[in-house]
This record gives sequence, C-alpha cells and structure tokens, in this order.
Amino acid sequence: MSTTTMLQPKAMRDTLLLSVYEAMLRDDNVFFVSADFGSPVLDKIRADRPDRFINVGIAEQNLINVSAGLALEGFKVFAYAIAPFITMRCYEQVRVNLALLSEVRPMNVNLIGVGAGYSYVVSGPTHQCYEDLTVMRALPNMQIYSPADQVMAAALPELCLAKNGPKYLRLDAQVLPVLYGDGVDGLDAGFRILRTGTDVCLVATGYMVHTALKAAEKLSATGCSVGVIDLFNLTSFAEDRLQQEIASCRGVVTMEEGFRGRGGLDAMMFDYLARRGTGIRMLNVGVDGGYRFELGERTVLHEQVGIGVESATAKISSFMQTL
Amino acid sequence: MSHNNELMYLLTGKARWVWEETLKLHRRSPETRVASSLSPIEIFVTLYYGGFLRQDPANPRWEERDRCIISKGHGSLCMYPVLADLGFYPMAELEKVCQEGSFLGGIPDPVIPGYETVNGSLGHGAGVGAGMALGLKRRGKSQRVYVVTGDGELHEGSNWEAFMFAAQHRLDNLTVIVDNNQISMLGPTDEIVSHRNLAAKFEAFGWSAREVKDGHSVEEINDALLACRADTSDKPRALIVNTRKGNKVPGLENAPLSHVTAIKSDVIAQLLGEKA
Repeated sequence: MSTTTMLQPKAMRDTLLLSVYEAMLRDDNVFFVSADFGSPVLDKIRADRPDRFINVGIAEQNLINVSAGLALEGFKVFAYAIAPFITMRCYEQVRVNLALLSEVRPMNVNLIGVGAGYSYVVSGPTHQCYEDLTVMRALPNMQIYSPADQVMAAALPELCLAKNGPKYLRLDAQVLPVLYGDGVDGLDAGFRILRTGTDVCLVATGYMVHTALKAAEKLSATGCSVGVIDLFNLTSFAEDRLQQEIASCRGVVTMEEGFRGRGGLDAMMFDYLARRGTGIRMLNVGVDGGYRFELGERTVLHEQVGIGVESATAKISSFMQTL
Repeated sequence: MSHNNELMYLLTGKARWVWEETLKLHRRSPETRVASSLSPIEIFVTLYYGGFLRQDPANPRWEERDRCIISKGHGSLCMYPVLADLGFYPMAELEKVCQEGSFLGGIPDPVIPGYETVNGSLGHGAGVGAGMALGLKRRGKSQRVYVVTGDGELHEGSNWEAFMFAAQHRLDNLTVIVDNNQISMLGPTDEIVSHRNLAAKFEAFGWSAREVKDGHSVEEINDALLACRADTSDKPRALIVNTRKGNKVPGLENAPLSHVTAIKSDVIAQLLGEKA
C-alpha cells in the first residue's frame, strides 16, 4: 500500500470512463451511449469521438434497445446511466434484448450504473440503489462487477471489452479511498484478499469493503483475528481459492449496501457455501428496515439501517460470541 | 404507377399460398395466434418476394443483408412458410411447429433462421432497429432496416422513445411498417387507447409517413415501399398499412376478440376447398 498516497483520489466513474475513452481512441468498434448522464471525462469522449457517442436522452428503455442494436452490428457498447435507472427502469429491455438475445447472437454490452447504495446521499431512495444486485443476479448470463476503488474501476473496461456478453458495472458515485494503489492484477479471481484472519472473514463488495476494513480494525483491537475480502465479481470468482481462504475461519460475514435477505450478496454467499458443503456459519450485514427518507451523512444513514462501522462491528462481535 | 404485372402475379399468388399455409399451420398447432398472423401476409410477401430485402437464405446472418425485425412476434406465424419457401430451412420443418424439438414455436425466437431478434415481448423492434440503423450508418453501410410492428404494440412507450431518437439522428435507412389491423387482444385499439391519426403522429415526430389504404393489395404495398425507398428526405420512414385482423376468415375477420380465437378444423377445410 506504499504508493497509495501518490494517487489523487477520484470518483471511480471518472477513472473507469478514462479507460473507456482510451479504448475508444484505440478501437473504432467501441461505442458509448448515455441516458443524459455526464461526467467531465465524458466531455472528452464527446469532443474526440463524436461519431461513437450518443445521448439518447432520459430514455432508459431506448438506451438499452439502441445499445443492443449497435452491438448486433458488431460494436462493443458501454451504456451509461444512474444505477437504479439502468437496472430497473428498463429491466425488460435488459432481459429481452441483452440477456436473452445474447444467448443466440454474440453481443458485448456493458451497463455502467453510477450511484450504488446510498452514494447519492441527499437525493433519497429514487436515486439510491439497494436492489440492483438482486435484480441483475436474476439474469443467468449477466456478469456483475462491483469495484471498491478507482484503480479497480479503471481496470474493468479492458476486461469487459475482451469478454462478450451482457455485464453490469456497479459504481459508487462518491470519491472513495484508494485500496489498490499498487495496481490490480489477477482480476479473473473475482476477489482480493485485503486482510487475513482466522476467527471471522468479512466478505464485502463496493463501498462496504471500506466499512469492513474499519470494522476489522476495531475488532482486531479487541484481540480478534478478522479477514477482509473484496468480492468485486458477483457472478464468477475462483471458488476453490475463496474456500481455502475462509476454511480456516469460524464464521463468514457478508457486507453489502443493499437490502438484507433479498437476493443480493448474502444470497449469493448462501448458495456458494451450501454448494460447497462448508457448513460454515454466516452473518449477513445489509440494509434493514426498507426504504428510508431521512437526510444525513452517508455514515449516519448507514448506522440507521445497520450497515455503518459501529453497528456492523457490534453485530459481528455478537455473532463471534455465538461461534 | 405502372406495375410489373409479372411481379404482381407472383406476389398475389404467394400471398394466397402463405394464407393457406398459415391456416394449415394453425390447424396443426391451434395454440398459435392466427388472426394477427393473417393481417400482415401481404406486407411480408411484398417485402420478401418483392425485392425489397437483400437476403441470403443459406447465410441468414450475411453481413450485407437488409435487416428485417419482425417486432409483432405473435402475429408472424405467416413468416414460417415464407422463410421455408425462401430456403432458410426445409419445408418439412413446417410440419413440426410447436412440437418438441422444433425451433418453430408459438412465438418466434431468433433461433429461427431469418429472425433477427427476440420478438415475443412487444415494443422492442423499433429501438433495436434504430440502434442497428445507426450502427450501419456509422460504418458507412447502405443496408436498410425494416421493422414490422402491430398497431396495438404501439401502446408500448418504448416505441415512441425510439421514434424520437430515429428522427433526431436522421435514420433514413430505417423503415417502420405498421400492420394497422386496429384490434388489440381485448378489442379495437381505438376503444382502448386510440392512436388517432398514426401517420400524422409519425409526421409530428419527424418521420416521413405514408399510408396504404388496402393492406391486402400487394400493388398498393409495393408502390408504397417503392416510394419509401425513393424518398430523398433524411427522415426515417413510416408506412401505415391498413389491414384486417383474421383476413378472409368468416367469424374471425375484424372480430374484437379474434386474437385468442382458434379456427375450427372443418372451417379451415372449407376455406381451403378441401373435400370431406
């Protein structure tokens, strides 16, 4: 982590779009379609590749359908909008023209959804996004990426361009601390081990990786050995290696910025652990209590719904006493 | 406009043959939607046999083909004999519609050679077609994109997002053909949510719109498609073709609930002039 401080913190959206921009300069087959959603980097794409950039307007159904049509003509497409809208406003289009159609015809369409979890803090539940992992997981060929920092986000476009099929990239809208200042490699594994521990292993995704690291610090101060894993690929990861990592722990804790018990990361880990026959105990940290309209700092909101550092640490601590 | 009599004779004959074959398919597989498959027959016959689509049945995904999206998936049973006749797959496949192991289902999917996209779910063709038309333009290609949709299907708002988009980007290589049979599943579209004047609507959206009064006249459709092709404007083209749901089947034609009505075998036998 020595070079961490050398990187200027940026929104993962901007580092990812910069990679897309660079790919568009190299490859005329890359197309960018936005549903009237911007970024300073997007202005570079609009200026330097105007023939490969389209703004469909506030029209997510058409965003997906036009992207599908372009992909059928051989373009590799990035479609861009706010996370709840690109996943749920046009779910039927995603299902039919991306998931279903790509089973018959090769397509490369990458949905970039910005605003995971509570990242649009003051905008309320229409713009916050706690259901996207659930609905996108339901599509059997949708690949889901949920990076936790700007370096990982920047590495994803190259991966996406090399791999056909529909993909969903779930991005945080805020500037988060850099985790991978030394770079990321071995992305095929689908996860990164950030801490090793023997008592309990925290498996988190996106913003919650940062919460997990803080909770692990607090718990280790009380003498617990806590591991932290950043699971950034929610559809395909090195299952054997993950099992090796968690096998030495007495319990696993999933941590997500989405509704608990509704089919997100927790369901994915339930399925994984059951299939592997590990018998390992699990605690799920996710949003409790449904939709909320309170205003406040993200960390405050997180404590209210049970996923903040303090509440997560308390839950994990109680869980560990039962192991 | 002077007609190529030979072509009109061919198209008329093909339309009659497709009508008969569609009834036979329905007799073998009564779960198919026959009424909405009888209204677009002359549209498909003129498109596919009239020289408007460059296609290679031996290579359905031939890059140089004109794209035809059959957005009104349910109502395209009549395409099964057309594609078989053109050589996309053997005629024998028509015997297996809706049977185990067949690729010809009650609602078509792009596993069928000749079908571009998923069509069973309505309101997708215009947007995907617009994306294809844009892609072709960006690659400097001259192929055209045709989308055949029903009028009931136009209740889906996604169509209108696509229509605005296509006009904005001057997709003059895109033609949307509306099989305007004016009946949805539960009755006349005018009584459900009226489209009022569809051609005027398309014009207001920035399209070049034309209307075919008798959608069961191959001459009229042929003339209109030629006019669409000859149009020198940079607008996308809309062709509103006024048709009859359940065309030429007594009791079915223009019946409000014809969408889910099956035709009895003896009626089909009579229509086909078969001896008892």
